[in-house]
Amino acid sequence: MPIDFLQQAAESNEWLAITPELMLGLTALLLLVLELVLPKSRHGLIPAVAIVVQLVIAAGLALNFNTAFLRPDTVFNGLLRLSTDGQFLRLFFLACSILVCLLGTVSLAKQRMPRVEFYHLVLVITAAMMLLAQANHFVLLFVALETVTVGFYILVSYFRESPLSLEAGLKYLVMGALSSALLLFGIVLLYGVAGNRALPAGSADSMNFDQLRAFLAANPHNFLASVGIVLVLAGVAFKIGAVPFQIWIPDVYQGAPTPVTAFLAVASKAAGFAVLLVLAQRAFAPYQALVAPALAVMAGATILFGNLAALTQHNVKRLIGLSGVSHAGYLMIGVIAAYREPLAVGALWFYLTAYLLASFAVFGVMTHLAGRNDADQELDHYANLAREQPFLAAVLAIGLGSLAGIPPLAGFMGKVLIFVAAFKAGHYPLLAVAITGVVISIYYYFGWIKAAFFPVGSQPAPAAAGTGAAAPIGPWFRVALVALAAGSVLLGFYPGAFGQWVLAH
Amino acid sequence: MSTLPLDPLLLAIATPLAVAVAILLGLPKRHSIKLAYVGFAVPALVGLWCWANFPADLGAKYAFFSRYSTGLDGLGITLALGLNGVALPMFVLAGLVGFAAGVYAIQSNAERLKIYLMLLLVMQAGLMGVFASVDVFFFYFFHELALIPTFIMVGVWGGRDRGYAAMKMTIYLTAGAMLSLLGLIAIYVKSGGGGQTFDLIMLREALAADPIGVATQKHIFGLLLFGFGILVSLWPFHTWAPLGYGAAPSSAAMLHAGVLKKFGLYGLIQIALPLLPEGAKDWARVLAWLSLGNVLVVGFIAIAQRDLKQMLGYSSVMHMGYAFLGLACFSVLGVGGVVLLMVAHGLSVALLFLLATSIQQRTHTLDLTEMGGLAQKAPVLAAFFVAATFASIGLPGLANFWGELTIFVALWHFSPGFAAAAVAGVVISAVYGLRSVAAVFFGPPTEALQKVAATHPPGDLTWREKIPALVLLAALLFVGFWPQSLSRPLQSTLTASFRMLDAPRLAAGR
Repeated sequence: MPIDFLQQAAESNEWLAITPELMLGLTALLLLVLELVLPKSRHGLIPAVAIVVQLVIAAGLALNFNTAFLRPDTVFNGLLRLSTDGQFLRLFFLACSILVCLLGTVSLAKQRMPRVEFYHLVLVITAAMMLLAQANHFVLLFVALETVTVGFYILVSYFRESPLSLEAGLKYLVMGALSSALLLFGIVLLYGVAGNRALPAGSADSMNFDQLRAFLAANPHNFLASVGIVLVLAGVAFKIGAVPFQIWIPDVYQGAPTPVTAFLAVASKAAGFAVLLVLAQRAFAPYQALVAPALAVMAGATILFGNLAALTQHNVKRLIGLSGVSHAGYLMIGVIAAYREPLAVGALWFYLTAYLLASFAVFGVMTHLAGRNDADQELDHYANLAREQPFLAAVLAIGLGSLAGIPPLAGFMGKVLIFVAAFKAGHYPLLAVAITGVVISIYYYFGWIKAAFFPVGSQPAPAAAGTGAAAPIGPWFRVALVALAAGSVLLGFYPGAFGQWVLAH
Repeated sequence: MSTLPLDPLLLAIATPLAVAVAILLGLPKRHSIKLAYVGFAVPALVGLWCWANFPADLGAKYAFFSRYSTGLDGLGITLALGLNGVALPMFVLAGLVGFAAGVYAIQSNAERLKIYLMLLLVMQAGLMGVFASVDVFFFYFFHELALIPTFIMVGVWGGRDRGYAAMKMTIYLTAGAMLSLLGLIAIYVKSGGGGQTFDLIMLREALAADPIGVATQKHIFGLLLFGFGILVSLWPFHTWAPLGYGAAPSSAAMLHAGVLKKFGLYGLIQIALPLLPEGAKDWARVLAWLSLGNVLVVGFIAIAQRDLKQMLGYSSVMHMGYAFLGLACFSVLGVGGVVLLMVAHGLSVALLFLLATSIQQRTHTLDLTEMGGLAQKAPVLAAFFVAATFASIGLPGLANFWGELTIFVALWHFSPGFAAAAVAGVVISAVYGLRSVAAVFFGPPTEALQKVAATHPPGDLTWREKIPALVLLAALLFVGFWPQSLSRPLQSTLTASFRMLDAPRLAAGR
């Protein structure tokens, strides 16, 4: 490659634009250094450093929410595209990461495991997700996605003494590799066909989303491009756990350490949706006739499968995993509706935010209650929770209520926004499926609340032994849980400035 | 009214909510109870104040109107509060029944009383909000706010089969709520090109100028009819109601059967009929037949009940049939009758549930065949119960009479056959009502009862039970003797904003 081309390319590098990601990467390295430098008795500081640095980055991002866009919107020679959506997602992933670190301190305290690497990996994955959400080029998309996935291979099997965790790690590895292969094959097909100069609008830089879009627009019925698009979508569907690529979810969610499950359930899923939205709305936009029906069928199947499969679960990690599958289905409705209704994108972000608050509230309670064996968390363990730990029970109820979409909680507003968008876009069959799904979901969410709240009669509580029910709740952990619950309530009836931002889309 | 320093409607919603939050934050029990009295009294007083100061000729406007932004203006959602002639009676009803239920709950000495009161207060706030909302979104929102505590109260403080009952109620009512939400969103989306809104006043204007197409109206009305219908226990979707009320703790049953259940009817009146008149006409026959299922089928089931609370549950389902029949008439007269009946039924059924619990505490059973002769031991209780039963049957002098009479007259214009069938229902309700009075209070006490009475001598109603009962009975009598106090504002609103309800033309068309 000629040197002047590289120079030209380097001119569009805006290192300032990716300061948050760079800082996260550096902090991740700093944590490893701190482990070497600090005496063993002070290692408790390391997660605190990780959390504080992330809070600082988040504050900086929030303050500069709009000012970053004074420059052209694509930087790094078209690799990255800066947008308000990207800014929102960066904050979203940071919030996830902070909460995962906090949950990690609770969960790792119950295990005899190396601690520091956990936070290191979480930070690296977060940085990669932030890049992923802003990718405008298949090269960056794939590299960022692989960074995320490889990080998760390790995190899922982090509790290496637990056979279930190792099994989950292996399953995730095999399935993840398969999905990466599909994705890569799709990318290669698209690259090849769009790089063909013989076809109209063929381009040398055919992995760039804008170029690809121009090519697809000029070649509306290209068979190879269609195959490539389907394969790419299949790869992404693995990440969000959409039917028929959801089969890994229950086992991996159960085996993974609870904070990692939370990370997978919220951040990884959101990253998948960020990619899906960009692909569907920008890169593959000319192939709407192919993408929209495929997504619609998958969304319907995902909602029904997730809810029906969750009905019979007794292990709460599997239950929330499968319920998360159904949430992916509702979110996919938003992606589909975004073709015709701009409100849908805002609705998607609102839904994800509500999902983050509610999920972490529930995962927080789960992490606290988990015993030495992290995979063994049954519904029966929640018996009498309301009597013994009313605070945790209240947080759990708010979280589950929000996930179920019960007003006045944030999850309800999220569903209403998605439904309104879908209605405006005219997706009536999908709405019918979604409503059915919501009604089914009430059964298991309410069953969980019932297990925690309703008196169990004379049956002795099996909870006491082997769970963390009796452990004291740390002050910061309590603050976080209160904030999550309060956020879920507040967003439900007074979305305020956030609501206005969402609706301004 | 905008010159008031304080928005009375917001006050009625916020006070119970604020008290609930204070209790949640760990107020000591003694203060919690004192504050709970305030939380229950303020909505009732605001309700009465609004009633007393209600403008005589309001027409299509709303009184005590105010509007607040919650950050969703872009979607056409604002917190708009106000009362029209249809909302006022319901608002007053919610205040009075809420007060009675609250006072009764405070004296009930339930386990974990603080949490129980907190949930009731949240429910009360939701109820005041439902009837004060002019915005369709918040109308639905407040309903759910009131509904959620019901599930918890049934599940935790309920009686026999509470787990099953709570689960069944939750699933049925969620299904109903989701259907109606879909219908409401449909109205919103179809409400004109650019400025879609959830604001009921603007919706009425927009849809009067540019109505939704007839075919679409039929679909949306179907969604709303069955969505709201499930919430009001329309036959054959009623089975959650007797089960739930049988298991619910008394105050929750009072509030739900008395007030919250009327949400569906209220929604049909305020939203579905004026916005979707063509849809309503199309569904009127179906609705009328289903309502007959409520009146006749459920009526006979009620006769067969042995459990007092189950019987009350079925009876309340049955009376909802009259209300649906009134809606099916599609006339100002019918709808006015429905509103009057909702108020009357709300007061009487709340009183009956209250008294049923008081009876249960004295006889230690709800089985009608195992009771008897309680009138000698508790004459005041007997008097109250007889009065409430008479009200429920629809005897003149009590509020229910006016509601039922109006509906029957309207029904006669709609179809004499339906009117005849509905009047037969009065006989049915007289049968089970009077039978229950006889079984509980008269005749010789059974052996089992005598044994119970030997260890726990049953006393008459205490003052703390009498106060809520008196409030409800006084309201029943007041409306019974002076129905104009409610029907005048009602008529003013209905004639102004329900012009599409043109009964004679419709009857001729049938």
